[in-house]
Amino acid sequence: MYIILAILVCAFYGFYIGKKKPLRLIQNKDLTKLNSSPNYHGYYVFLWCLIPAIITFLTLNFFSNFLIKQIVLDLVPEIESIAKTNIEFVYNQIKTMASGTADAFSADEKLIVAAEKYNELISISNASIFVICICLSSFLLIFIKKKINLEFPARKKVEKFIKLFLLICSIVAILTTVGIVLSLFFESLKFFKQIYFFDFIFGTHWSPQIAIREDQVGSSGAFGSIPVLAGTFLITLIAMFIAVPIGLFSAIYLSDYAHKKVRSILKPLIEVLAGIPTIVYGFFAALTVGPFIRMAGESIGLDIVSESALCAGLVMGIMIIPFISSLSDDIILAVPQRLKDGSYALGATKSETMIKIILPAALPGIVGSILLAVSRAIGETMIVVMAAGMSARLTANPFEAVTTVTVQIVTLLTGDQEFDNPKTLAAFALGLELFILTLFLNLIALRIVKKYREKYE
Amino acid sequence: MSNIIRNDILTPVSSKRTTKEKLFKICGLSAIIFALSMLVILFTTIFSKGYSAFYQTRIKLDINFNEELIDPTGAREITTLNTADYSKLISQSLFKFLNIDKSHPKSSEIKSLISYNSFLTLRDRVLNDPDIIGKTKKINLIASDDVDQMLKGNINISIPEENRKITDFQIEAIEKFKSNGNILTVFNKTLFTKSDSREPEVSGVLGAIIGSFYCLFVAACISVPIGIFAAIFLQEFAKKNKVTDFIEININNLAAVPSIVFGLLGLSVFINFFHLPRSSPIVGGLVLALMSLPTIVIVTRASLLAVPGTIKDGAIALGASKMQAIFNQVLPLATPGICTGVIIALARALGETAPLLMIGMIAFIPDTPIAITDPATALPAQIFMWADHPERAFVERTSAAILILLSFLIVMNAAAIYIRHKFEKKW
Repeated sequence: MYIILAILVCAFYGFYIGKKKPLRLIQNKDLTKLNSSPNYHGYYVFLWCLIPAIITFLTLNFFSNFLIKQIVLDLVPEIESIAKTNIEFVYNQIKTMASGTADAFSADEKLIVAAEKYNELISISNASIFVICICLSSFLLIFIKKKINLEFPARKKVEKFIKLFLLICSIVAILTTVGIVLSLFFESLKFFKQIYFFDFIFGTHWSPQIAIREDQVGSSGAFGSIPVLAGTFLITLIAMFIAVPIGLFSAIYLSDYAHKKVRSILKPLIEVLAGIPTIVYGFFAALTVGPFIRMAGESIGLDIVSESALCAGLVMGIMIIPFISSLSDDIILAVPQRLKDGSYALGATKSETMIKIILPAALPGIVGSILLAVSRAIGETMIVVMAAGMSARLTANPFEAVTTVTVQIVTLLTGDQEFDNPKTLAAFALGLELFILTLFLNLIALRIVKKYREKYE
Repeated sequence: MSNIIRNDILTPVSSKRTTKEKLFKICGLSAIIFALSMLVILFTTIFSKGYSAFYQTRIKLDINFNEELIDPTGAREITTLNTADYSKLISQSLFKFLNIDKSHPKSSEIKSLISYNSFLTLRDRVLNDPDIIGKTKKINLIASDDVDQMLKGNINISIPEENRKITDFQIEAIEKFKSNGNILTVFNKTLFTKSDSREPEVSGVLGAIIGSFYCLFVAACISVPIGIFAAIFLQEFAKKNKVTDFIEININNLAAVPSIVFGLLGLSVFINFFHLPRSSPIVGGLVLALMSLPTIVIVTRASLLAVPGTIKDGAIALGASKMQAIFNQVLPLATPGICTGVIIALARALGETAPLLMIGMIAFIPDTPIAITDPATALPAQIFMWADHPERAFVERTSAAILILLSFLIVMNAAAIYIRHKFEKKW
């Protein structure tokens, strides 16, 4: 920590020096002689003192930690016989002992030696990193200061750096996607080494619980993802049955019938539905909607379980309404007024204009918004985890409990995680499936909406 | 001509067409009413289930701090005071009040009227003020969750004894306390000053709130600067080419990637690859940062776009460089819009649960986290865990935790709306 502080002090001193030097060079305080304002000279020196030293600090720190770990662990002779995960544990033990918080008396003799060695090495490496970084920083300070003269284009150079920095920031978005794809891909690859790929894609039996002993029932586990996907689509379909008509009619009413003032109140109110955390919907579904549906079913002689596809789909549909209504509302409003005027001039009523003129014109955009809503419904987690149940069965009956991709990911990963077991890895394969599915939907939807916007803008 | 033009179009007020028109309008209106009534039902259910968790039952007892029980030697050593059997003091007081003997067959039922953890209250009292030993004091102790729920009317006492969590003998005792004015209803401070616990009556959301705050802090520190800078680059500097197109599609797609996928990313990259501590707010914050980054980029770009180009042109005409024009003129004018967007993005991150489940923030953690690397839980994750408990008292607390979460969200969104109305300029 103090190393960064020292580098910062050096950099701020650099800023001061960099700012003073051009002021000393010019006579009569005639700033027009300078290429850039003195502040930019300051920034220039500041950046040169700061960035290389910080980068050096981070790389050196990384390597020294790596080296120290190797050296210290070599002092514990039984290390070869310990499993890989336990090495981390032993190393952490040494570290806590080195910091003096652990009880040294109860520990192994060799661990104490290792802890002492660790302390010694850490102080050596910290001191050397400190010296290297400060030397680098001050060397650059002197060197850059020499470069500064009246014609020096400090502003251009600083701006170039800022632009590079901005570019790096926007690349973070790409890195995130790359990270998602790579992490899902490699973990899935491990999974497909143990489970045949087509068994996963086309298998119709899903029971990931692998028995501990070989001779127990279900010792192999079954990883056919079709029932899981079927459950996901069933719930999404129910949600869309609720959300599409209601969302669309809300959008039509808001955009064409409601008074401007009424609209400005109603629209945000409906959007509140989208702002409520999904965990709240999940709790609502499990606590109120599920029992309500079961009671309603009993009263008409139907046997419905509390955790049914209907319950999850219904609540998810309510959550999705604003996604459809808001976007469709914008899209309907974007239909040019002249189309409406033409229709009204021919004597059509509002509803006729809406159905025959506006909706066909707005159709691509509305389809786009529905696809985005579908993608959200497929990836929705908390509602289905709390309200849809776990049983993976291949059914189209909305009154039965079904499971979804997201529910299975949560159940597979919230227990003990073993990254050599297909049970844990299956979660990543499901995640990859989910990612690809939603990626397709998103790309198509975004493309349609964008095309539509361009058409009328 | 009359053959071509249909009759109903010639007469604009034909009843069939007006009914159709009316029907259409009613459909639209009822859709909105349905959506809004769902909103109302949701809020009223949560509120009606949760408001009672904000008060709590206490039982006032005369506790005799018996010196022989606490510190027979009189040396007042910390270890003796720490290890004394304070629950015995409570049961003695209970038995004395109800006039029953220790050997009474139902004495254990009486003991369980008071929260199991109450001995800690007495211990702290004694440790703070050892002079209390030997005196008799009136002390309000937290009642057990079953007593609390019964007094709130959540336990049906008309059903047979073996089917309910509270026995007839206990009800009798409670009635006796009640008639003597020893039952108090106080504001449930525990809910806000304690963290998770196995006992519902002493569990609270403090740890979860702090965990959520740490997560949000880390997320904001990372996603806000990166998001804003990325947006400035894409909106103002990027040339229209394949690379920037790719970045743009990427960001738009990331905004629609399911949140659980970000959780998987966090698990395999931050925890398995970089070995950051599991269940810690730093990992949670990193995941939430990546999740809210695309939203922040999109809203920042929209706000930058809303600032008229003439302002930038004016600055450049006066001799500013493009960089200076953007950072000194455009960005300050876009700030209210950016603030609004950032707050809304962070509010969404605050309510996000699924990615936190992936990185193990749903462990039972009774301690309040101190550093951002300590194991912690977050408010929505706490709600998820409590929702799984069968006890009636936890249902109440889950709803209360939801109310707390929603009030945080309302405050954040209200702030966003206020900023937008107060500072945003219309051009």
